[in-house]
Amino acid sequence: MRKLKTMVQDFGWPRIIIFFFLVALFIAAPFVRVRIDSSIGDVFNRFGQNAIFVLAMVPMIQAGCGLNFGLSIGVIAGLLGSTLSIQFGLHGIAGFLGAVVLSAPFAVLFGWLYGKLLNKVKGEEMTISMYVGFAGVMLMSIFWLILPFTSPNMVWGYAGKGLRTTITVEGYWLRVLNDFLAIRIGPNFVFPTGELLFVALCAFLMWLFMRTKTGTALTAVGSNPDYARASGISVDRMRTVSVVLSTFLGAVGICVFEQSFGFIQLYGAPLNMPFAAVAAILIGGASVNKASMLNVVVGAFLFQGLLTMTPSVINSALQTDVSEVIRIVVSNGIILYALTRKTKVAK
Amino acid sequence: MSGKKSFGRFFSENAVVIIFLLITVACIKPSGLSLTYIGQEMLTRLGRDSFLVLALLLPIYAGMGLNFGMTLGAMSGQIGLILAMNWNLRGVDGLIFAVLAGTPISVLMGYICGVVLNKAKGREMVTGYILAFFINGVYQFIVLYMMGVVVPIKNPAILLSRGYGIRNTLNLEGVRQSLDNLGMIHLGPFALPMATYAVIAVLCVFIVWFKRTKLGQDMRAVGYDMAVAEAAGVPVNRTRVIAIIISTVLACFGQIIFLQNMGNFATYNAHDQTSFFAIAAILVGGASVKRATIPNVFIGVILLHVLFIVSPLAGQNLFGSAMIGEYFRQFIGYGVIALSLVLYAWRNRKEIERRRESFRGGAAGAAAAPAEGVGK
Repeated sequence: MRKLKTMVQDFGWPRIIIFFFLVALFIAAPFVRVRIDSSIGDVFNRFGQNAIFVLAMVPMIQAGCGLNFGLSIGVIAGLLGSTLSIQFGLHGIAGFLGAVVLSAPFAVLFGWLYGKLLNKVKGEEMTISMYVGFAGVMLMSIFWLILPFTSPNMVWGYAGKGLRTTITVEGYWLRVLNDFLAIRIGPNFVFPTGELLFVALCAFLMWLFMRTKTGTALTAVGSNPDYARASGISVDRMRTVSVVLSTFLGAVGICVFEQSFGFIQLYGAPLNMPFAAVAAILIGGASVNKASMLNVVVGAFLFQGLLTMTPSVINSALQTDVSEVIRIVVSNGIILYALTRKTKVAK
Repeated sequence: MSGKKSFGRFFSENAVVIIFLLITVACIKPSGLSLTYIGQEMLTRLGRDSFLVLALLLPIYAGMGLNFGMTLGAMSGQIGLILAMNWNLRGVDGLIFAVLAGTPISVLMGYICGVVLNKAKGREMVTGYILAFFINGVYQFIVLYMMGVVVPIKNPAILLSRGYGIRNTLNLEGVRQSLDNLGMIHLGPFALPMATYAVIAVLCVFIVWFKRTKLGQDMRAVGYDMAVAEAAGVPVNRTRVIAIIISTVLACFGQIIFLQNMGNFATYNAHDQTSFFAIAAILVGGASVKRATIPNVFIGVILLHVLFIVSPLAGQNLFGSAMIGEYFRQFIGYGVIALSLVLYAWRNRKEIERRRESFRGGAAGAAAAPAEGVGK
C-alpha cells in the first residue's frame, strides 16, 4: 500500500487523472459511434508527428535551461530546410532527408546564437526564450515575404513572389515516412511504421547521447552547475550544446510533422508549437529540471491521445464543441502544475 | 567618472527607449502621415491604453516582475461588460455597472493568481503567462457554454443563435466612448477625452499615495529582498497577493476603458493581446523587470503607439507590402520584450560578478559598487 502511495506521488495526480480520462474516452468511444480502430490509428499517427518536438525538450531540461519555450527557433530552421528542399525539387525520401540536411546548418547557427543568449540570462531562460521565439517567428515572417524563392508551388500565384501561408508537400515527399512499411488492417486502421521507426531511432540516438561523456557532462551541469564547474566542465559550453541539439531536433520535428500532415505552414504557424511540446513532456512526468525518454514517449502518447480523442468522443457525446476548451485547460493546467512544484530553481 | 563612461552607462540604461525612439522617428517620414493625424491618434490611444499599463506598476514594486496575469483582470472586465450589455445599460451607467460587476470577479481572479505565483517564486512571469492561458480556457467555457444556460442571459442580441453562448463579436454601441465623450474638449485640431484623462490622473495619484502607505512600503521591502522583509516581520506572501489583486482589479477597469473606446469587442480574443501590448509599452518606456515609474508608462504608450500607427504604412511605402509593416510591428513588440528582459537579466549577472570582484578586493569593483544603489 505504501509502495503504491509513493508511486502515485512520484507520478503525480494530474497525470493519473489524465491517464484515466483517456482510458474512459476509449471505453466510451464505441457507445457514441466513434470508430475505435481509426481513432487508435490517428493516435499513433499524431504521436509520430509530434514526438520529436517533445524529444527536443529533453537536452535543455537536462542541462538546466528549463523548458524550451523557444522551440519555434528550431521550427523556423526546419521550415527553411523544407522550403529549400522543395525549391530544389527534391522528391521522395531524398526530399525529406534533403529537408533535414538543409535545415541542419540553420538549426546549428540559430541554436548557437540562441544558446549564447540564454547563457547570458541564466535563471530567466523560460520567459526570455518564449519572447525570443515569438520575435524570431515574426522576423522570419518578413523573410518569407522577401526571400527569393521561385518554385511556382510555393510562391503566390498572382504576385510571383512571397511564399504562401500553406505549401503542400504532395508530389514531393508527402507521407514518405508514414507509408514506409505501413501496416494496413481493415479499411480504417493504418499503422505508420516508418514514422514510428524514425521516432524510435531519434529517441535511441538521444538515449545513447545522454550516456556519452558529453551527455553525462550535460546532465551534471543541469543537476549541479557548481559541482560541474569544479570538476572541470565548461558550464556555458554544455548549455550551448544542449540548446543547439534542442533546436536541431525542433527542425527535424517539423520536417517529420510536415511529411505526415501534408503541408508546410509558414508565417504565424510556429508561434504556439512549443506550448504543445512543453505540455506533452510535462504530462509524461518530466519536471522543469528532469526528463527521460520514458517521459517523452508517455507524454507524447497521452497528450496526443487526449487531443485526438476529446474532440471526437466528447463532441459526439455532448453535441457541442467543448473539446477545444478541454484542450486549453488540460495542456496549460499541466504546465502550471509543473511550474508551481517546489523544485530548486535553476541558477 | 569620465564623461565617456557615464554616457555609456546612460545608453545602456536607456538602450530600449533610445533604440525605439530612433526606429519610430525613422518610420514617421516614409509613412506619409501628417503630424496632426499622428498627434490625434496618440492622444486617443493615450486615453485608451494608459490605465491598463499603469496596472502593471504595483507587481513590479513588489518584485514580482511583469504581471502577465493581468489578462485575468481583462477577462473579468469583459464579463462585466457582457452583463451590462445583457441588461441593456447604456452610457456611463453601463460602464459603472460593468466596473461593479467586474470588480468582485477580478478580486477573486487576482487572489487565485497571487496564490499561484507565490507557489512559483523566481519564475512568476512564465507562470503568470501560462496561468492566463489556463484561465482563458475557463473564460471560454463560461462565456461560450455557461452563459444562457447557467448564467441567465435575457438579451437575444448578444446570444448565439443556438440559444446559449455569447456571440463572437459584441457591439458595445450603448456604452461606446461614453467615458471619452463625457467632457471632450476640442483644442485646435485635437479632441481631448478629458474624463478619461481625469480617471487616469486619479489612478496616478492613487499609485503615488499608495507607495507611501504602510502597505506600499511593505511592497517595496518585499520587492527588494523577500528574506529581509520576512525577517523584518512583513507578511511576504500576503503582500504579494495584495499587489497582484490590486493589479488585476486595475486591469479589469483598464480593459473596460479600453473597450469602451474601441466600441466593440471580440468576445473570445479581445484579451489575448492585452498583456502583450501593456508589457511592451511599459518596457519601451524604459521600465525594467524590477524598476518602473509613472513616466515610463506614458513615454512607453506614446512611443509604442506612434510606431504602431506608422509602421504598416511605412512598410507599404518602403517595401510595397503592408504585411511587412504588420509583421515588423509584431516583431518589434515581441523583440522589445525579449530585449529588455535580456538586458535586465544580463545586467543583473554583471552586477553579481562585480560584487564578487569587489569581495576579492578588485579596485574597479569597489569603485563601481556604491554608484549602483537600488535606484529611486
